[in-house]
Amino acid sequence: MAKRNLQEINAGSMADIAFLLLIFFLVTTTMESNYGIRRKLPPPPDPSVEKPILKMKNVLQIVINGQDKMLIEEKPATVKEVKKIAMDFITNNGKDPRSSDNPQKAVISIKEMRETSYKEYISVYNELIAAYSVLRNKYAQKKFSKSFDQLTEEQQKTVSDFYPQKIAESMTK
Amino acid sequence: MGKFSKKKEGGTPAISTASLPDIVFMLLFFFMVATVMREGGEKKLVVKMPTADQVKKIEKKGLVAFINVGQPIDKYKAKYGNEPRIQIEDAFASATDVGPYVLKFKASKRDEEKGLILTSIKADGDVGMGIISDIKEELRKVNALKVNYSTKRGAVSKNFEK
Repeated sequence: MAKRNLQEINAGSMADIAFLLLIFFLVTTTMESNYGIRRKLPPPPDPSVEKPILKMKNVLQIVINGQDKMLIEEKPATVKEVKKIAMDFITNNGKDPRSSDNPQKAVISIKEMRETSYKEYISVYNELIAAYSVLRNKYAQKKFSKSFDQLTEEQQKTVSDFYPQKIAESMTK
Repeated sequence: MGKFSKKKEGGTPAISTASLPDIVFMLLFFFMVATVMREGGEKKLVVKMPTADQVKKIEKKGLVAFINVGQPIDKYKAKYGNEPRIQIEDAFASATDVGPYVLKFKASKRDEEKGLILTSIKADGDVGMGIISDIKEELRKVNALKVNYSTKRGAVSKNFEK
């Protein structure tokens, strides 16, 4: 029997099929970026655990009202100023007797109203995290000559123990 | 006449389209990989997320429970009004539905994944903190403490532009 020549499959329509799929994915793609601010909520209130008593000077009080106006330690402030105020507060180390004793004791408290807008809250929160990340990076540079992200897990822990992120939120009234 | 026939002889050959499928496939694979099939089905709320720059990327999307907050879209305004609402999966919900939803979501995951569950709040920048606090309270009650406030990446100042 003579060997029959196998006919090659015509691949000309391959492009069309691929185009069809391509267009389908083009249309369904949303390119949604999934970024966000990570936060750990405090556990549900446990009546057997006593609330720690904080010295007033170790707490930076931020209050945002329903019109998105902010008071930091009873002085009006804008979102742009939050970062600097927070950094000064955290790194006070007892210099100013009315400000924090040391970074480990410093607590920042945010109080907002039900009418406060979400974007205002997120902006303030973002600035506070920014303040901490600047300080942590500085400390990481000084101690390990590397930025915070480049450190090993253990080193990161040392740094974040030095600058613990203590941001308290009180329940909205 | 002679002019034309001459050109035909010495003209440039047609561009080969043999590599066209390859190029298209390349694009296809890019889009296949980049595509995120929208979770949560039909979008019933207007959600314009605020921007922030201290953000982290969500790595394991399968372990994230999404909660949307925003005004109903025009179609649903007549029925649900202008007040910000919560949407969980396909349906409108109230804050008290958040807890059961997260618990259900958690129950559907494998044991070793249960500790990694994250709740992502996708809220419109203009909603009040009241509704967000209600959600947070519910999450605390069911011990789902890992929360992600979904934002776009960008400078905070963008939040206050018109």
